[in-house]
Amino acid sequence: MFKTFPKGGIHPPENKLTADKPTVILPVPPQVTVPVSQHIGAPATPVVEKGAAVLAGQVIAEAKGFVSTNIHSPVSGKVSKIDTVVDTTGYKQTAVIIDVEGDEWVTTVDRSSVLVKEITLTREEIIGRCRQCGLVGMGGATFPTHIKLTVPAGKSCDMVIINGVECEPYLTSDHRLMLEKGAEVLTGVTIIMKALGVERAVVGIEANKPDAISHLTELAKDFKGITVQPLKVKYPQGGEKQLIKACTGREVPSGGLPIDVGVVVQNVGTAFAVYEAVQKNKPLVERVVTVTGKSVTNPGNFLVRIGTPVTALIEAAGGMPDDTGKVVNGGPMMGKALAITEVPVTKGTSGILLFPAAASRRAEVLPCIRCGKCSSACAMGLEPWLISVLSEKGMWDQAEKEKITDCMECGACTYTCPAKRPLLDYIRLGKSTVIRMAREKITK
Amino acid sequence: MSSTVLLTIAMLSVLGLLAAMILYFVAQKFKVVEDPRIDLVNEALPGANCGGCGYTGCRAFAEALVKSTSFEGLNCPVGGADTMGKVAVILDRQPVALEPKVAVVRCNGTPDNAARTSYYDGAMSCRIAHSLYGGTTGCHYGCFGCGDCVLACKFDAMYMDPMTELPVILDDKCVACGACVKECPRNIIELRKRNKKDRKIYVSCVNKDKGGPARKACKVACIGCGKCVKVCPYDAITMDNNLAFIDSYKCKLCRKCVPECPTGAILEIGFPVKEQKPAEPAEAITD
Repeated sequence: MFKTFPKGGIHPPENKLTADKPTVILPVPPQVTVPVSQHIGAPATPVVEKGAAVLAGQVIAEAKGFVSTNIHSPVSGKVSKIDTVVDTTGYKQTAVIIDVEGDEWVTTVDRSSVLVKEITLTREEIIGRCRQCGLVGMGGATFPTHIKLTVPAGKSCDMVIINGVECEPYLTSDHRLMLEKGAEVLTGVTIIMKALGVERAVVGIEANKPDAISHLTELAKDFKGITVQPLKVKYPQGGEKQLIKACTGREVPSGGLPIDVGVVVQNVGTAFAVYEAVQKNKPLVERVVTVTGKSVTNPGNFLVRIGTPVTALIEAAGGMPDDTGKVVNGGPMMGKALAITEVPVTKGTSGILLFPAAASRRAEVLPCIRCGKCSSACAMGLEPWLISVLSEKGMWDQAEKEKITDCMECGACTYTCPAKRPLLDYIRLGKSTVIRMAREKITK
Repeated sequence: MSSTVLLTIAMLSVLGLLAAMILYFVAQKFKVVEDPRIDLVNEALPGANCGGCGYTGCRAFAEALVKSTSFEGLNCPVGGADTMGKVAVILDRQPVALEPKVAVVRCNGTPDNAARTSYYDGAMSCRIAHSLYGGTTGCHYGCFGCGDCVLACKFDAMYMDPMTELPVILDDKCVACGACVKECPRNIIELRKRNKKDRKIYVSCVNKDKGGPARKACKVACIGCGKCVKVCPYDAITMDNNLAFIDSYKCKLCRKCVPECPTGAILEIGFPVKEQKPAEPAEAITD
């Protein structure tokens, strides 16, 4: 009954401390900072000027190029300035800073919580709406949704897989969304199915969320073509390729995309955002963020506006514990530590983790004894010990032959390494270098 | 019995002769005609294979030298004028006088100057750190201190100073091959003209932020005030993106800019200490 992917995988402690905490709506902060690049692709171009009055839901930065999305104002107020700020990546980028005044929304947005199930828009209109409303993948990769919903010429798609796995320890934002907005999520799935012209959708959920499985299975009876697939608990099941293998048995070829095996994968958070955009005309200006950690006094799931400072989130969770050694943006496996906490929440912020100092430092690095644990943990069937060394020594050609670019950076190898080697750090370096070299070859 | 031995020897000799003849004719037929000067030039080069010339090793550079018609754009930074002079003799050309260079680290973000705001314990590689975040200080331009440049140096001319957490270049060992310049993901290291007695005047900062944020991140950051540009009598200093840059080929080492800098971002190195008027001696304490 429970399915999973066959190769590799690990079982880190789940630590889902906030699984039974209902989502709390956080009040709008006095000032928001909205970076113009919250997605993969070209940054958007700001279209408002300093001092301009903006309404919540209004476009403040327009998409530039095909792989890009619009950015909307999450609040109403006045543009304080357009400046460079440090965002969650730790680097400076342009952002629109808005002083909040009241909470006035653009009139076209339907803010009622009434469930609208009937889909009136056509395929093209749905994709156009997703583009207009600035939707991106909410799982963390933030790839613009309208591109994923457009099936490239020559390819065909026969099913949609909805990612409700949430295999990262600690995070529960998707779990809460499925429980609290189940009908909306499934309506969103139906919209995605219509946009892609497919009849079948599978919602993959791990077995550690039995309430979400039973809730969605019950709801799915009213939706045509949607089934819920319970999955064994195993990290990294939320990886696109692993999820497809687990749900359908199809294997995405090396270097290929899910569409090559006729599948499109979307996150449950994205499905909900699609529902809001298409049925309510509401742009992506808020998201659920899990704020958690073992020493946090009031961990929880918070619905916040984009641009809210992370400090405000931490404050809402009872303040930063004294023993905090590391603040991570995202899950403990794939998330990145924040250099400073005065950064805004963006479309890709799924969680804020506060680790105690004792648990956050890396251990001393010891020599590799070729035990092979990393190879058995790798869900992509790679040899992390080998490709990390090739990358460390700058042997890029050989690293490419060893398929370093197939690595999805899940971190299972580093987690499992008994010598505590920074395997993924070097693999990431090698991967980016090999990709860059391949691009240079093409342009030459 | 003895006939078997003799026969074996005879057979082997004949086979050997035959093989030698075949090899001789094949070698004649497929002979690669190589300019003998390539070998001579290759011998004259230092043989460090550092790649400082831009070619993959000394041999490739020797081939390029022989093939070229002039020395324009071709220089061995390691051997310098001596080596290029020898090469010029071999190739029967006029040597081009080239000024020697030296690598300079343009960051002074010591723990005292730039307060650490976070702690990095990932893989000790500047490139990896650079891909992950902005840095352990508030400055997003400065040195990570992981030592990629030191590993890249093939001449033992660099080391990491544990006190300043910055790389140090030993001027007498640096051959200006540029390996560290290429390795640094932040473009902090620069090749500058080597002056007499290794004297240097340079802006030890690459922070392109506006004055406020730059100063907040690091006490000795260039804040882009432009005072040095105004005071320079030789137009050697330019201001770009809130950052001053001293052109080492225009700079005459007059040192006028050094006291002008309000943050002390301009460093003077190798000069004799200016004689300061001794402070009034405190009155001898009697009793």
